[in-house]
Amino acid sequence: MTATRFALVAALAALISVPAWVPGDYYVSVCSQILIYAIFALGIDVLIGYAGLVSLGHAGLLGLASYTVAVCLAAGLGHAAAVTIALVITLAGTAVFAGLSLRATGIGFIMITLALGQIMWGLAYRWVSITGGDNGLSVANRPAPFGFTLDVPSHFYYATLVVFLLAVVATWVFVHSPFGASLKGTRDQPRRMTALGYHVWLIRFYACLFSGLLTAIAGILFVYYTEFISPPTLLLTSSAEGVLMAISGGSGTLLGPIVGAALVEIVKNVASAYITRWNMLLGAIFVAIVVFMPEGLVPGTMRLVRRALKLRGPAPAAATGTHPAPGEPAP
Amino acid sequence: MTALSIRKLEKSFGGLRVTRGVDLAVQPGERRLIIGPNGAGKTTLFNLVTGELRPDTGSVALFDQELTRLPARRRAHLGLSRTYQIITLFPKDTLLRNVTLSLLGLSPLRWNPLLRLERQRHLIEQAEHALARVGLGPMAHRPLAETSYGERRRVEIAMALAQNPRVLLLDEPFAGLSVDERRDVKTLLFGIPREVTIVMIEHDMDVALDFAERISVMHFGEVVVEGTRAEVVADPRTKEIYLGE
Repeated sequence: MTATRFALVAALAALISVPAWVPGDYYVSVCSQILIYAIFALGIDVLIGYAGLVSLGHAGLLGLASYTVAVCLAAGLGHAAAVTIALVITLAGTAVFAGLSLRATGIGFIMITLALGQIMWGLAYRWVSITGGDNGLSVANRPAPFGFTLDVPSHFYYATLVVFLLAVVATWVFVHSPFGASLKGTRDQPRRMTALGYHVWLIRFYACLFSGLLTAIAGILFVYYTEFISPPTLLLTSSAEGVLMAISGGSGTLLGPIVGAALVEIVKNVASAYITRWNMLLGAIFVAIVVFMPEGLVPGTMRLVRRALKLRGPAPAAATGTHPAPGEPAP
Repeated sequence: MTALSIRKLEKSFGGLRVTRGVDLAVQPGERRLIIGPNGAGKTTLFNLVTGELRPDTGSVALFDQELTRLPARRRAHLGLSRTYQIITLFPKDTLLRNVTLSLLGLSPLRWNPLLRLERQRHLIEQAEHALARVGLGPMAHRPLAETSYGERRRVEIAMALAQNPRVLLLDEPFAGLSVDERRDVKTLLFGIPREVTIVMIEHDMDVALDFAERISVMHFGEVVVEGTRAEVVADPRTKEIYLGE
């Protein structure tokens, strides 16, 4: 068994056994929250890491999915219908977001997504007849797929874990596909890609849709997790948090956003119980990451591990200097 | 039938007219050289032909098919390929991935989000073949960042040739190369079959004049002299442009 496979199996075993070794329901719920935000960060990372597009409006899409579920359930629809409608509406919303935002790249893209995210927040806040305004909307109950009630924290965790694993596998397949290669090409050399026959705008548009799909899934899980949705979830700070998760963990890698989400959620939910000014701690951690591991925690740690291995003795591939190091993350 | 036909092509940036009614007719299989001092509008002409810039007036046709209103990506699908004066590659990827991306650009596979690119053997083999054609086969798995300038020039040419173009535009393929590298690239260019029509911009006359059958001299956005090597060299306007009155 290779080291990578061993690490994957160990990580999977650790994730599956969380309810057994994590003390109490509260921390099991925190783990569910980490997985939900990991899906959210993965969605953002599809754009940042693989398309070179930084979005500050994804909380608006997450909120759109959450509100749609809450509104549908309040209207008397079943969970399956509510989830399906939420996915469709969020994808449609993403298409509108992408259609408007992709008129620009770089700072322009950031500003348009920021503005669209704020519009979504404004709608949630002011469209009181639908969203409940400041009071938000509650979800009366969680679904019970195949009779498996999600009211128990460990059950909800397992349901979230299944969705999370599916999202990770889907993202892995996506970024390693010919389309994923095309997407990375548009990130690095859009002009060249056009000359090679690629439709750069359409590739970015489809990437936005995939990112929106992951965000919609995170939004649906989120509203079932909190059983409540209100305007602050759609704030710019939520979008920025998602971006920080992806960047601090290591954008352009699959593991990075997951580690970033875990870091942020642990500081928010666990360290905050012991440190009043936990925001300062989170800020200090981000500063430390930017200074010491500007490429993010996962690629930075891999760099340190490679350096340590090199000090112990050169590996054959490294000695020739002709091959990329195995597991080299995409930049 | 003309391989590349350019008629009355005009392009201005503000008050600066970069190309002024350029006419050019390149025959199938021809090796055409475009020369001229810096700022003559040669690269702008290439950008207009490939669709990276839109002309103000005039038209471009490839084998009698009108291109003027087509986007750049469509022109690549019709058989128009180019290299860049400033090397424009994917430095974080291997040579093989660079050429694979070039092949993928013309393949419907590029839209597929489900298959693994590494398992598309036919594509990988074509890319390996294209690299072998320019003498870079043994370096296929080397990251581009670990290659020399001359090798990158050859990767550019490999990427262009991999697309089996009908017309290939080479923008200063010898720029910045050492004597040995120039020789290698020259051999490579002479080996390109006649099915591929080549239009080349080049400042290195020693190499370029050997290669070209017809030469167009551009100056201030206009084609001022056109003809065979002997005709162009003998024309007093060529000397005037390069040496002054």
